[in-house]
Amino acid sequence: MLSQRKVKKLGRERLQRVIELCRSVEERGLDPFIVDVDDIIAVVREYFPGWELPEELCLDAEAIHELSSVIKLQSDWVKHRSTSLYTDPFLLEEKIRRLGKEELVELFLEAWNPIVEMEQVSPQSLAQAIQYWQSLMPLNERWRKTSFLEREIGAVTREEMIKQRLFAEKAFSEELEAFWEELKQKVGREGKIRYWDFIGAESYMETVRRAYMTSFLVTYGYATLEIRPLEEEIFIKPFEKPESLLGKKQVMSIPLPVGVEEWKKWRGQVQS
Amino acid sequence: MERPSPKLKRKAYFAGKVKRAAHLLLYRRHQKPGAKGWELRKSLGSDYPKVLKILDNYLENLDLQVKTIFEEGTPAEKPSVEDLDKARFYVTLREGVTPKETKLIGWRIDDIAGLAMAISFIISKKGKAPKEEVENLLRDKLPGWRVDVNLGRYIRYGYLAEDEGGQLYLDWRTRAEVDQKTLINLLLTTETKEAQASDSNVNHQNLY
Repeated sequence: MLSQRKVKKLGRERLQRVIELCRSVEERGLDPFIVDVDDIIAVVREYFPGWELPEELCLDAEAIHELSSVIKLQSDWVKHRSTSLYTDPFLLEEKIRRLGKEELVELFLEAWNPIVEMEQVSPQSLAQAIQYWQSLMPLNERWRKTSFLEREIGAVTREEMIKQRLFAEKAFSEELEAFWEELKQKVGREGKIRYWDFIGAESYMETVRRAYMTSFLVTYGYATLEIRPLEEEIFIKPFEKPESLLGKKQVMSIPLPVGVEEWKKWRGQVQS
Repeated sequence: MERPSPKLKRKAYFAGKVKRAAHLLLYRRHQKPGAKGWELRKSLGSDYPKVLKILDNYLENLDLQVKTIFEEGTPAEKPSVEDLDKARFYVTLREGVTPKETKLIGWRIDDIAGLAMAISFIISKKGKAPKEEVENLLRDKLPGWRVDVNLGRYIRYGYLAEDEGGQLYLDWRTRAEVDQKTLINLLLTTETKEAQASDSNVNHQNLY
């Protein structure tokens, strides 16, 4: 008698084959009726009680999913056959091959009603073009080579570089750590804070900067997001220690819009 | 001064809207010609289906028509407001083109024959066919070097679409311009010249 392990291995292989068969039918446009649905259901049913691990259950679900796609193709096939548009492809292909070019064209013209459209300069587009032309710099100015000012070599201080935004005042990691500390202080006993209450600031620019920093807090495992879709609320929760989730959990990206409108709305709520 | 009657007022109201509808449908403003239902609603008001009907009646004299292409196929019952809003409206020829006129619209006989073959073949394959098969079929009637050029042209114009798997589909322009049912019926009911010739031979033999 086959051991439990061998049975499982065999089952996994059979499910894998089922998935591949269904996919090839779908992708290559093969006849969906080459798949015997009852047979596959029997295979899935036979091995299902033995599945324990999440990977095994996922494989089982995938097989069912692929099978359902094939059943949909079968249903579409039946629907198409029952419509007046159905014709035997071989018969039609033969007909197309035997008809002469002129005959084909004559037939097609009876079923063809080309779209009528106009492409013409309108007064508005003409006005736009004139405006564009007038604002255009002359060619000799546009093509003029960039000239450089010759200056003596000198030294620049760190403060000047920061002023010119070539250097950040703090290293990014330092800034992130400080931001994390700020988050931990703001959450209080609850251990979490509303996303907008944390990133929201007096100016829109500062709000965007805070949203940018927050995204790094979450990505680098300093904090996490709690999303409540029904209440349409998002909270941010700091961790006590940075936790790298990469490779441990399934990581996903969550786009959060930080537009001027959202910011104004938040400001209005805060002020009221 | 005498005030205009309500009937005249109504006529003037619709005349203005019909003009605007014609502009919206005839001048290309986006990548695709025509206009979406919601665009017409925005510009003409909620009674835009009525405006389009008046425009369609007017265009009949010019052998043109307003054609509605619904997003998910023509609904079985009267289309709802949502169906109309999502639909795209075009102005097309009403009676079609005569063989002589095809030269005027810049299409060679080869191009139209190739298009007819590609479209009818894809329809027979349930709306999806491998590009290779379509190419093989076209090679039967067109010179080899034209096959690729023509297929590219059909795709560029929006008659056909190609997916990553090399499958060809019917695209928006075919849905708007070609009466697929009529095309297939015509193809199936037309006898080829060879068949007609062999039939007449049989008849001649019967006479003797």
